[in-house]
Amino acid sequence: MLAIENLEVVYNDVILVLRGVSLSVPEGKIVALLGANGAGKTTLLRAISGLLDIHDGEVTKGTVTLDGQQLQRLSAPRIVERGITQVLEGRRVFAEFSVEENLRVGAHRNGRNLGAGLERVYDLFPILADRRKRTAGYLSGGEQQMLAMGRGLMSDPAYLLLDEPSLGLAPRLVRQIRDLIVAINGQGTTVLLVEQNATMALGIAEHGYVMETGKVVMDAPAATLRADTDVQEFYLGLRGEEGRSFRDVKHYKRRKRWLS
Amino acid sequence: MTRLLQALVAGLGNGSVYALLALGFVIIYKSTSVVNFAQPALMVAGATAVIYLGQAGLPFPAAVAGAMALAALLGLTVERTALRPMIGKPVFVIAIITIGVDIVIRVVVNRLLGTNLRAIANPWGLESFDVGGVFVQQRYLAMIVTLAVVVTLLFAFFRYSRIGLALRATALDQETALTQGISVGVTFALSWAIAGALAALAGTFVGTGQSIDQQTWIIALKALPAIIIGGLDSVGGAVIGGLVVGVIEALVGTYQPTYAPWLGNNFQLVSPYVVLLLVLLVRPYGLFGTPEVERV
Ligand SMILES: Nc1ncnc2c1ncn2[C@@H]1O[C@H](COP(=O)(O)OP(=O)(O)O)[C@@H](O)[C@H]1O
Ligand SMILES: [Mg+2]
Repeated sequence: MLAIENLEVVYNDVILVLRGVSLSVPEGKIVALLGANGAGKTTLLRAISGLLDIHDGEVTKGTVTLDGQQLQRLSAPRIVERGITQVLEGRRVFAEFSVEENLRVGAHRNGRNLGAGLERVYDLFPILADRRKRTAGYLSGGEQQMLAMGRGLMSDPAYLLLDEPSLGLAPRLVRQIRDLIVAINGQGTTVLLVEQNATMALGIAEHGYVMETGKVVMDAPAATLRADTDVQEFYLGLRGEEGRSFRDVKHYKRRKRWLS
Repeated sequence: MTRLLQALVAGLGNGSVYALLALGFVIIYKSTSVVNFAQPALMVAGATAVIYLGQAGLPFPAAVAGAMALAALLGLTVERTALRPMIGKPVFVIAIITIGVDIVIRVVVNRLLGTNLRAIANPWGLESFDVGGVFVQQRYLAMIVTLAVVVTLLFAFFRYSRIGLALRATALDQETALTQGISVGVTFALSWAIAGALAALAGTFVGTGQSIDQQTWIIALKALPAIIIGGLDSVGGAVIGGLVVGVIEALVGTYQPTYAPWLGNNFQLVSPYVVLLLVLLVRPYGLFGTPEVERV
């Protein structure tokens, strides 16, 4: 189990961004982490993956543990070795590389299983097999997201952390990505899914967390969250008028409701 | 015609040396964004190591291999001790630090060299081939062949090997490279090691035509017009830039005294910079460089 306890993260020594976050990701599950822009979701993932350093961030309190062992002092490559791989927000494919070169980079720590890894990824994402020699920068947004996820799988992680995989994709592609996440999870990979698309995330997760300005404000089984009126209003868009998104809703209002 | 061919061969030969230096420069720049002005020191350190290893009785190839290894180690040490703590500092500051490193290494190497002129014992000397009436110095051919081999090996390394791919990935996007499990520090050190080894090879060839002394480092400055012509971030550009500088120098040295004596003595030394200015007028980021590359 991947567990985060009472985590506090500070950027540039002064900006307190996570204020005592606790969250756990049991093996084999899909866990959703929801929250508006700037809530601290990406920061939480960075704290797990060892990426705070290069952002001038630091864990000032709390722990990140994998099966009881502390991770928060390890460098990013060591964490990949422990079986946790993050797929960054915005896909970040190596645009000049071919599809297959991208996948080979993903296997950096797993060179011996390169062949098996490629086979698994091409099986999950047949479109990547068709495009294996294509320059990654010329792929469509959906294909690039698949490539980023496939590349993340090349290290054969036990835990896959996905940061907003549906961002900027058309509904049809969002459904496709959703099904792929389920398929990946079905192969035994635990998934921590960070999303703003709550419909998609809560549709496949067993458990969900909602973050607000550096704190977890809701922590419940996905079914409970789906039924929650606040989540419905602000994340699932079921009660608000057409086109109204959580982004338009005044922040203090949401916070008041959740805390009350 | 004979003069032209001889000038071309000499130019390509010397140009190969500049290209080796420029390659090291570009490899470091691409993977770490550091503009490395310590390349001259790495070159003379490598040449000095060849001299000492040769005197210790090693045959020439072994001495060169040993010197390349030592220079690689030196590059790696410089990166780890002087540059690594500076990650994130402005490019300009880091460039100044490399100048400091250059001076420190050269002071130490000068002590080893002393004030004597030192020769590198090598298989070619000033021997020539007679190719249809044109005398071609063997050492120039050796330089050209060596460059070709180095470029081929580097190409294969960057294209097909796991580590080479990791170096390129880090050059493109450090954070993403980290999430693939690539240790960015190791790739930094490795680029410096490669640059050191290439500089030692360049130094060896410089020492085949002339003796190595305390002024030899100046030759390495010719890599600067080479990389600026080729583009700071282009490996292919470094090779072509180096060869262009060598050939221009040789052609100007051969013909200018006859056809344009009014340009004065030693105009060939300035000529690469004239071409450099012309290139910059047309393509400010070099022939093969990327437009957004920062210049210092
Ligand atoms: N490198 C950084 N330095 C300073 N502040 C940062 C940095 N990265 C993110 N932040 C701030 O931390 C907060 C949380 O950001 P982030 O974790 O990216 O949120 P999310 O992923 O939920 O949108 C935001 O207010 C953001 O401005
Ligand atoms: Mg984010």
